[in-house]
Amino acid sequence: MTIDPTSRPVNVDPDGPSRDPDGGRGVATAAGQARVVAGAPHEPGPRLTGAGRALKERAIGALLSLAGAVSILTTVGIVVVLVWESVGFFRHVPVRDFLTGTVWTPLFQPQHFGVLPLLVGSVLIAVIASLIAVPLGLGAAIYLSEYSPRRVRAVLKPILEILAGIPTVVYGYFALTFVTPVLRHVIPGLGIFNALSAGIVVGIMILPLIASLSEDAMAAVPRELRQGAYALGSTRFEVATRVVTPAALSGIVASFILAVSRAIGETMAVVLAAGMTPQLTFDPRESVQTMTAYIVQVSLGDTPFGSIEYQSIFAVGLLLFMVTLVMNIFGRGFLNRYREVYA
Amino acid sequence: MSDASERLLSTPPDLVRRRRWGRAFELVCLGTTVVGVVFLAIMLVDILIDGAGWLTGTFFTESPSRIPSRAGIKPALAGTLWLMGLVALIAFPLGVAAAVYLEEYAARNWIQSVIQTNIANLAGVPSIVYGILGLAVFVRWMFALTGGRSVLSGALTISLLVLPVIIIAGQEAIRAVPGSIREASYGLGATRWQTVRHHVLPNALPGIMTGTILALSRAIGETAPLIMMGALTFIAFVPEGPRDAFTVLPIQIFNWASRPQDEFRNLAAAAIIVLLVLLLSMNAVAIWMRNKYRKEW
Amino acid sequence: MPTIKVTAEGTPALETRDLSVLYGETKAVKSISMEIPRNKIVALIGPSGCGKSTLIRCFNRMNDLVPNARIEGQVIFRGENLYAEHVDPVEVRRRIGMVFQKPNPFPKSIYDNVAFGPRINGVNGDMDEIVEVSLQQAALWEEVKDRLEVSALELSGGQQQRLCIARALAVTPEVLLMDEPASALDPIATSKIEELIQELVKNYTIVIVTHNMQQAARVSDYTAYLYLGELMEYDVTDKIFTAPSERSTEDYVTGRFG
Repeated sequence: MTIDPTSRPVNVDPDGPSRDPDGGRGVATAAGQARVVAGAPHEPGPRLTGAGRALKERAIGALLSLAGAVSILTTVGIVVVLVWESVGFFRHVPVRDFLTGTVWTPLFQPQHFGVLPLLVGSVLIAVIASLIAVPLGLGAAIYLSEYSPRRVRAVLKPILEILAGIPTVVYGYFALTFVTPVLRHVIPGLGIFNALSAGIVVGIMILPLIASLSEDAMAAVPRELRQGAYALGSTRFEVATRVVTPAALSGIVASFILAVSRAIGETMAVVLAAGMTPQLTFDPRESVQTMTAYIVQVSLGDTPFGSIEYQSIFAVGLLLFMVTLVMNIFGRGFLNRYREVYA
Repeated sequence: MSDASERLLSTPPDLVRRRRWGRAFELVCLGTTVVGVVFLAIMLVDILIDGAGWLTGTFFTESPSRIPSRAGIKPALAGTLWLMGLVALIAFPLGVAAAVYLEEYAARNWIQSVIQTNIANLAGVPSIVYGILGLAVFVRWMFALTGGRSVLSGALTISLLVLPVIIIAGQEAIRAVPGSIREASYGLGATRWQTVRHHVLPNALPGIMTGTILALSRAIGETAPLIMMGALTFIAFVPEGPRDAFTVLPIQIFNWASRPQDEFRNLAAAAIIVLLVLLLSMNAVAIWMRNKYRKEW
Repeated sequence: MPTIKVTAEGTPALETRDLSVLYGETKAVKSISMEIPRNKIVALIGPSGCGKSTLIRCFNRMNDLVPNARIEGQVIFRGENLYAEHVDPVEVRRRIGMVFQKPNPFPKSIYDNVAFGPRINGVNGDMDEIVEVSLQQAALWEEVKDRLEVSALELSGGQQQRLCIARALAVTPEVLLMDEPASALDPIATSKIEELIQELVKNYTIVIVTHNMQQAARVSDYTAYLYLGELMEYDVTDKIFTAPSERSTEDYVTGRFG
């Protein structure tokens, strides 16, 4: 086979060296050749078609940007709605009374609007949930990341994902019909509605979140660090506990924070299991009402629009939103930290 | 080999001790992993025991009733299917459009990173807050358009809720499409939209679909926001249009589970089984799709 | 393959007998028999993929960490086969240390990095002193003695690598294995490492893998040339680089390929 001496290489680019990542095959130059510059919109060179095409492109771009704007509108909407009605609420109830009051009886006379029982209810359940989810989730993450053989992992990981996907009403049902009766045999004084059962099932619900985020953080620890530790005569246990876990710490902490935030935002499981008694207590055997459960309770009833009971939904909602927002921001801050180190 | 140095490299006593700790630790970690699995198993078995016997034909054709033996999930099931359909119609195009915008069109400036952070935040907002938003905006403010406490309002609210999930999954899928394909397209004189439409989207579609299905499987279990929107807990009819009142399976489950009588507990369990079967099918489809269309770049 | 011995006195620190490493069906190291003399520097050279890294990792059983690697043959250390049934790999690694290509300090303080090895091995004694001695041996003490609690990640690349050397020395191994220790470093840092190696050899036996022939020529006493998993030639460094016996060796060291 002879090489045709008159043939020319295809990747001739009159505009300059072609930035072709496919290895120099290049593309034929045509009137419509364009160069890609990262991130900036561009138009083809000398246009063969009229302004119609450019207009169409602009229109499509604008339409798509509207879709991007929807998320901004959502956040704005949430904030505006919550604040607007809360302002109305706080005209009747001083903010200080709201935040520091210990009695919450908006649906009875005399009406009291101290939100602490709700806040403490949410926190109590979140704490119980964490006591379950943190050790179990972290242990699972360590096992899956450092110990488990590939086949075992391929089975266990999807099962944990399934746990995460089960709707909260199902957990609530289970807490009410199974967990509470079982616990009542063991713990004297446990109410039919109690914070403990709710906390337990919420804990199982958030366990997969901690497990998978922590495992991601551990997987991101470079192999070289592990090898360095093994080369010094470490056992697998020491590598896992003294090298990998400390190195993955910010990701692990992030998973805790985000999981607790989810626990606070949990609704149906606590409504079914913990009941609707807004009392300020730290006793897990008692029934409590969380911020989320209160909001549901009001919605289930017949509350006239514009009444103070109606407005109280928004005030409580605002508090809930701010608490979870702060936690999410912190949590994601930690996530970014570990991603920076090992990216 | 001399006997004195025979065992030089075998395990010295302190290493034996360290190894024992390691073994115990490994078992503890295995135990923690298994607890979740065991819990799941117990939960599923318990629900099956409670509810399997109640999955009769009438269960699917009847409406809720005060008499347990005559109660059924027809309106709730219909409402759920209506809701899922509308959410898919609304959230999917919107989510894909936003993902395309963020990945292909938006300049990498501060506005774009604000939008990204915002989406990540929205993903973490409790679902009941979305319910509050939906109540104020779709039920009240847009009453004329949505018909108030209708399945359309519910679908709009739930769409907003799952939108961040679809957008994030969509962005990942789009990002996974290699830059070389785009460059080839642009090099041939294609416009940005043509490149997106003919190259990026088709290649990203499996990932986007998987993400959408997962978002829908989250939506199917949502309860609290819909309660807030007034999805009624006792209706006997099937929605006939988007502006009709409605209820959904999770709310029906909640309703029945809240009643003290045993038979209603059984009904709740049976409804849960139906819900879980729906959920399982959706996830199975998502996994199948992910495996079938997985491309090795 | 005949055993290739180098002429050195005393018992060798390490000896391989018909050592082969298989990944599945592929042999990455083919029946190598060689001796590593005590208190000398042996360089392993050869083109990419010749098996030198695989070989050096046999000496401290790091290949155990690779899922489908299989070893045939023996590696003799202190009269025992490293791959015998009763041998504990963790114990092996305490006595045969390793420094890697890319510096891999732990994200901990300088002090904690050096102290890590002694601590997990239950070494009692003055930890401060152990840390100081190790850092001095690694020629790093003067530069960090005032900031031992600072994170190791704040050191420069060359300093990090010397820290990794100090860390390996802190468990008082007999042999130090170095897998391309300077390839990720700039020339100044590289020459510091090379000086350090020539100091360390007074107290340790050193095996070094390098793809930089000039480095092997500068630093080592003996050089082994590997090609496609086989030990082609193993002799005094001078001879390898000035008058090699094998044609393949000559082609490689004169840069005709590789």
